[in-house]
Amino acid sequence: MEHYLSLFVASVFVENMALAFFLGMCTFLAVSKKVSSAIGLGIAVIAVLVITVPVNNLLLTYLLGEGALTWTGLAGAENIDLSFLGFLSYIGVIAAIVQIMEMFLDKYVPALYNALGVFLPLITVNCAILGATLFMSERNYNFGESVVYGLGAGVGWALAITALAGIREKLKYSDVPGSLQGLGITFITVGLMSLGFMSFSGIQL
Amino acid sequence: MSAPTAKGVLLTPLFKNNPIALQILGICSALAVTSSMSVSLVMSLAVIFVTALSNFFVSLIRHHIPSSIRIIVQMTIIASLVIVVDQILKAYAYEMSKQLSVFVGLIITNCIVMGRAEGFAMTNSPGLSFLDGVGNGIGYGFILMTVGFFRELFGSGSVFGFTVLETVQNGGWYVPNGLMLLPPSAFFIIGLIIWVLRAINPEQVEENEFKMKENTQPKEAV
Repeated sequence: MEHYLSLFVASVFVENMALAFFLGMCTFLAVSKKVSSAIGLGIAVIAVLVITVPVNNLLLTYLLGEGALTWTGLAGAENIDLSFLGFLSYIGVIAAIVQIMEMFLDKYVPALYNALGVFLPLITVNCAILGATLFMSERNYNFGESVVYGLGAGVGWALAITALAGIREKLKYSDVPGSLQGLGITFITVGLMSLGFMSFSGIQL
Repeated sequence: MSAPTAKGVLLTPLFKNNPIALQILGICSALAVTSSMSVSLVMSLAVIFVTALSNFFVSLIRHHIPSSIRIIVQMTIIASLVIVVDQILKAYAYEMSKQLSVFVGLIITNCIVMGRAEGFAMTNSPGLSFLDGVGNGIGYGFILMTVGFFRELFGSGSVFGFTVLETVQNGGWYVPNGLMLLPPSAFFIIGLIIWVLRAINPEQVEENEFKMKENTQPKEAV
């Protein structure tokens, strides 16, 4: 239990998806103009991560990894290593799950669908989702760990985008030099936030 | 917009319409790999390769893709190309592929590749799309190499691994700036590059959403 807790805290703060690994930057910068839409996107990312990372973990363990097909009992199955198909399968799984989630929400939870609807298609190409899956496979997490890691990575990303949106809302009223306006000052703000999050690094849990 | 010419397609993404600085595309996988120049060079080459070829192939079959499933078709082409790059790196430059770790895979979700396939290759001929891919790849590589240059020069006093500024640890005079090796410096450098690019091309400056009133003087408010 303690192991899972420290993994969670580490993935939220120490290895923050957005501020330590720069993942999901495109949407991070594009959708952080208002706090309300930032929260919406953040929640959608958490939901997708919690589902996709464990599903991809199962895919890796039972289909793609080295010797993963042993359970089929086929002759020579323990020598099959399909891990080079990883990228293709992961992105397929992510796209499919996002699509299913969209249809499910539309049918059963229309209120949530209306709030998150615009963000869901964006999430397929959000690097944070694929990034979390790739980190999971690189670090050989087991199923339980991958659930916790998916949740932690999502919460960390949501936290970062909400904080940035808060800062940008205030920043509208400040007198920024002309050519630095918009994107330029946002980059520098994110740099400072990232510097703040650096203070978490090196924390051993 | 006039009909795209080969030269224009190749050159405008470099400065006038740089994918990173202007379109905010492809920053996701870009920043973490810029701490040294050789890594950024490999990453740029990989992206140029994937963008150019994915544009080419998407454009070849653009009349046969039903528009309702075009995203997944493009995705499959891109992912296959990235697998090729990843396998080549693992076979011939294993050390490099370890350093790049997950970021090779993240080329798939690099918005530049997807954005060009969707925005340019779907409506233009294969030859032009190929050049557009090369141009955008180079525009991306240009920013990557610039950031890599500053980070490596000031962070470890070298360029491409060759020592330029002799560091104090090796008996030289230069005290390396440790911040440059940390992730946040990449944000600062890109922010400053954008500042420079927009100071040169003032038409790229974003409109201020909240204009300050004429008669208030900002200095007095402080």
